[in-house]
Amino acid sequence: MTRWLRIFFVGGLIAYRGLFNWIRPAIYIPTMLGAPLFQLIFFTKLGEYANAEDASFYIVGNAVQVCAMASVYGMTMAVANERWFGTLGPLLASPANRAAVFLGRGVPVFANGLLVSAFGFTVGAVVLGFRPGWSVVPALAAVVVVTALSCTAFGMLLGSIGLRAKDFFFAANLAYFLMLLFCGVNIPIESLAPWMEAVGRCLPLTHGIIAAREVAGGATLADVSGLVWTEALVGACYAAVAFGLFRLLERESRRSAVLDAY
Amino acid sequence: MLRVIWTGFVMNVKTLSVSSWFVLMAVMQPVIFATIAFYMFKAGGQEGTLLYAALGAGMMGIWSSVLFGSGGMIQWQRWQGTLELGVASPPSLTLLYLPFALSNSFVGAYALVATLLWGRLFFDVPLHFVHPWNFALAVPVTVLSLALMGLLMASTFILYRHANALSNLLEYPIWVLSGLLFSISLLPAWTHPVSYVLPPYWGIQSIRHAALGGPVWAPLAMTVLLGALCLAGAWAAFSWFERLSRDRATLSLT
Repeated sequence: MTRWLRIFFVGGLIAYRGLFNWIRPAIYIPTMLGAPLFQLIFFTKLGEYANAEDASFYIVGNAVQVCAMASVYGMTMAVANERWFGTLGPLLASPANRAAVFLGRGVPVFANGLLVSAFGFTVGAVVLGFRPGWSVVPALAAVVVVTALSCTAFGMLLGSIGLRAKDFFFAANLAYFLMLLFCGVNIPIESLAPWMEAVGRCLPLTHGIIAAREVAGGATLADVSGLVWTEALVGACYAAVAFGLFRLLERESRRSAVLDAY
Repeated sequence: MLRVIWTGFVMNVKTLSVSSWFVLMAVMQPVIFATIAFYMFKAGGQEGTLLYAALGAGMMGIWSSVLFGSGGMIQWQRWQGTLELGVASPPSLTLLYLPFALSNSFVGAYALVATLLWGRLFFDVPLHFVHPWNFALAVPVTVLSLALMGLLMASTFILYRHANALSNLLEYPIWVLSGLLFSISLLPAWTHPVSYVLPPYWGIQSIRHAALGGPVWAPLAMTVLLGALCLAGAWAAFSWFERLSRDRATLSLT
């Protein structure tokens, strides 16, 4: 168990430092903080112009959603970049527990997602005047934690696909943009076409965003527990499928000798 | 000179048209944003503004294509080791990179076609333009002006190692400041002068007025003027930064 935890935490951290060694403040700040800042302003002002919902609807939706920028892209890269960097072979040749290797990579990515989302809420408060009161912060934080976990699991699935797919950045980008549309970030989920709503309810973020809006509106964590558990369940399903796919593609890549092939 | 521009333009349009990244930026992303805007305008009871949203989302796609194309223009050459060859070739850098900028913007114009068709097919957006001929003129002029703005940006990216990261940052701010999907009157007054020096601000005004009614020629003239200033700025910046990077031996930045 100690070894499992060591691989999970220390291995995950070292893998993150290795795979994201190119991150500098000059890259991180514009990409992970600048882009979410302006995304929040853009959709809040667009909502104001369209006269559709009040500002808090967009601020909460986008502040939660921006965690996907770190979670989805980051997790995709945390898995798929092993192939890009040519380190997938040595990694898979090691006897390390695969679940610890795979899930451990999610920890720093998840932490980064939380940071980005917290920054989003700070921007909402400072720039856009979103002040729900300190009393809701713990419940809001709990909802964001579960949502970021769920998004990280979704990123794991995309990363697993990236072990074999040629253009996984395309898939990650497309998924990110589609989440903006399908997950009720800027449109109430029930306003979407029925098939879009059905898709949205199977994606991470959707239930978390609804829960976060209710909490910001004064609901307690107990009031939204159903939504939070559903979000957690969606995330768990994605994590399970991602891990299964990771093992399947690992086995198939070894069998077909296409581990590092592009 | 025309041969350099034409050959470079055709080659880059072909390259970009088969790039999944550019298809995402120039077709899929604008369609997704247009759909979000359609739903938001419908929810706000402003269905008459769906054409407004389609035009704005299309322009957003053009800007994304120009932005990421410009950010990557120098960087990709640097990674491929061809930047030095370009600098050493007889044509000026401005002339060499002008076709890249034109092709980025031209491919971005797919976005406008995509959002208008998408709106027509799935949201019954009426494609009735008040001044169709002016519209047919305003679109290419705006595309050209954005290409020149992209050229100016690319020229300043020569000395910047993380130009791609800057591209990630600049997408939303220009959408906001240019009023592509909503009026800049919603923004603080101190931001308005910034909007007035942006070609996309005047470009979308001319396109929107040509489609929905309103004065076309004044914003179109501003689009042309700012595009010309961008070209002059790009020429000066390319000459200066090229000289600097050769002096300091930092052209490759690797």
